[in-house]
Amino acid sequence: MDKVTRRSFVTTVGAATVVPATALLAPVAHAAAPPAPAKTPRVAEPAQTTYLFFNAAEVLFIEAACERLIPADESGPGALGAGVPNYLDKQLGGAWGAGERLYRSGPWQPGTPSQGYQLPFTPAELFHAALRAIDRELGAHGTPFHEMSAEAQDMYLKSLESGAHDLDGVPSPVFFDMLLKMSVEGFFSDPVYGGNRDMVAWRMIGFPGAYADYFEAIDRHGVKFEREPMSLAEDAHGHIHTRQDIPANL
Amino acid sequence: MVQRLKEVDVVVIGVGMVGSIVAKELAAAGYKVVGLERGQARFTVPEFQSPAIHDELRFDVRKALMQDNTREPVTFRNQGSQVALPVRRWESFLPGTGLGGSMVHWNGQTYRFQANDFQLASRTRERYGKSFLDPDVTIQDWGVTYDDLEPHYDRFEYLLGTSGKAGNIKGQIQAGGDPHESPRSREYPTPPQKEHFQGALFRKAANSLGYHPFPQPSSNLSQPYTNPEGMKLNACVFCGFCERYACEHYAKSVPQTIILPVLLANPNFELRTGCQVQRINLDSTKKHATGVTYIDAVGREFEQPASLVITSTFAINNVRMLLLSGIGTPYDPATGQGVVGRNYAYQTMSTVASFFDEDVIINPFMASGASGTLINDFAGDNFDHSGLGFIGGAFIGAVNTNGRPIQYHPVPPGTPNWGKGWKQAVVKHYNHTVMFSLHGSSVAQRQNYCDLDPTYRDAWGQPLLRITFDFPPNDIKMAAHVTAKAVEIGKAMGAKQVAGNPRKGPYTVTQYQTTHNTGGTVMGDNPNTSVVNRYLQSWDVPNVFVIGASNYPQNASWNPTGTLGALTYWAIDALTNKYLKNPGRLVPA
Repeated sequence: MDKVTRRSFVTTVGAATVVPATALLAPVAHAAAPPAPAKTPRVAEPAQTTYLFFNAAEVLFIEAACERLIPADESGPGALGAGVPNYLDKQLGGAWGAGERLYRSGPWQPGTPSQGYQLPFTPAELFHAALRAIDRELGAHGTPFHEMSAEAQDMYLKSLESGAHDLDGVPSPVFFDMLLKMSVEGFFSDPVYGGNRDMVAWRMIGFPGAYADYFEAIDRHGVKFEREPMSLAEDAHGHIHTRQDIPANL
Repeated sequence: MVQRLKEVDVVVIGVGMVGSIVAKELAAAGYKVVGLERGQARFTVPEFQSPAIHDELRFDVRKALMQDNTREPVTFRNQGSQVALPVRRWESFLPGTGLGGSMVHWNGQTYRFQANDFQLASRTRERYGKSFLDPDVTIQDWGVTYDDLEPHYDRFEYLLGTSGKAGNIKGQIQAGGDPHESPRSREYPTPPQKEHFQGALFRKAANSLGYHPFPQPSSNLSQPYTNPEGMKLNACVFCGFCERYACEHYAKSVPQTIILPVLLANPNFELRTGCQVQRINLDSTKKHATGVTYIDAVGREFEQPASLVITSTFAINNVRMLLLSGIGTPYDPATGQGVVGRNYAYQTMSTVASFFDEDVIINPFMASGASGTLINDFAGDNFDHSGLGFIGGAFIGAVNTNGRPIQYHPVPPGTPNWGKGWKQAVVKHYNHTVMFSLHGSSVAQRQNYCDLDPTYRDAWGQPLLRITFDFPPNDIKMAAHVTAKAVEIGKAMGAKQVAGNPRKGPYTVTQYQTTHNTGGTVMGDNPNTSVVNRYLQSWDVPNVFVIGASNYPQNASWNPTGTLGALTYWAIDALTNKYLKNPGRLVPA
């Protein structure tokens, strides 16, 4: 990407948008990518997450645990750098946390593994219950999760994944599975949802995001597609398809 | 307070692919048609536009276009001895909702079944003997033949503008097409889509092994096309957001792009959205339908009288509509008696992942929903099953449709589920892996069926559909056999590591497999083993027609939509040329 000063960046964005200075720090993978085809600023998230769902103790666990699930390494930032805890916080505090797309009528039975999720908890309830139980479980042994060594953290996470802790009614593998799934979502989903900050995860693997037009490129077999990824916040083409013969509304 | 409306000629339940096509033909023939759609109206503009449509979280993971399972899920169990529980989140299969139905989010893979498939039971007995089959397998003939359906396949493909290469035109084998296909009367309407790298690698390897690769027939079009209804479609740009998404480009053949505008312009047709049909109403004889009862979007209840009722909802919803309406005898697996819900089948999906070195750049995100390359050498009855102990097969293809990374980040077996090892494997393999799908047939089995759940209800207070299903041993054997063949193709491509993942039991609703649910209102010649006759007319209530993949007595090795399109035009032909001229039974019961 071309060098962008804070002044020119803010000018491009428009006065109404607040852009934190951290958004201008290009990560390594980003600097190696080819220049964007002009135009719109990339989506930026504040580095400091404003937590709306997790309480202070929960934040300490979530931030540390997510970073163990997807750690920073030589390939690029991990969950923390990508804003995954922020994604989790906004999802769990919103419609998804409240049970969006979840059939919630009883009666309730554990069922078989092939019958899928059968707990009465919404995702928000499930996280609060499990995190409270984890806090209590670890508190009894002296070391809170975020103060453990990385190795000890991994061991504890593995014990949640394959063990049989009862986390206040939540089987620990169910909680772990949801935490891992949502972390992967936050890492790879569009930055508009608060994770994948600055599209770091897309750059890491070479996914062009919402760009989605490969008519010319598809039969250049084996050629790397070199383009800045595109977020939903941008419009690659600047045009909308319209057809007068099709009613937009009834 | 139920409000009784003015009688119309025809009520169509569900305005998806089948409903749109049937309603268009009957309205054009002069009949007053009302289409009842439970979801909302939606069109390419403004609903399907980018960039918002390219949102993996919203459409793939959260399933924005799917049937509202908070109000209307199904229940499921593997065995009749278990308690069925609600499918609280969709995963294994994804019925759509809204104008245009599930076809809006389809991939455009547009196959024909083969002649053998329509006479599967009799041909299997002829070729392999009477005792070849597991006695629990309840496959049967369809009551129609491929030759009956060929003109209707043709009409459907020309409606869609399907892009492909014929392999057999009137018995003449065509270079570059599928030599196993049953004869078609002419070439596809448009040439195949461009081949992606995965397809090219697969093609070369399949050729080297003596197989017969061909381009996937795609209703994401290779070039602009005007269909016989006058609808103009564009060329697909391989955006990589096809199944589970709607197309922004007018390039995918869906009701909105192929027929709905024509239908909506006809004053004989009235569309009502947000209307949840509760039941088809019968008179006191239970042999004649008087119309339907539905509840609209604000909760008001209406009775819509009609002379003819066509239920054209998603397969499993057709089954439920008949059960809720008391049409036909529900199937009882204990006795084998009854027909509604019988022969529920699915699709037996396996995969093979071929991992290459990092100098092989795959670009998995460049694809349409149907721009792959495949072989039919191990599909259907295209290979000798003597001594194998199973029937059926699968197509094998490099037919991966996308590189959307929340759900697509292949890693070799043995990779940790998380942590540094996982992350490094994801980065290493994302752009250097070729995925094959093995799209397998599904036999009907005595123990697999649908009925009404005794406990769980929908938001309107009606019983949910209960699905009892596990993979028949026949299909597990088939999956293992075909997967071994596909692994050989992966090795022939020169991959560093090839991982076969044959489908195994038990069937689980926690993992996406396919939305090819079939059966439950099967068609046939015998009222004791079918719900509708060969014209898709109810044996029990002759002024009710049921059209859907629910009509399939068992499922074949290919995606079901092409065959459903052919059946739709076949039924329309019977309706307009026979039934509506002289309403009554088209086949003596």
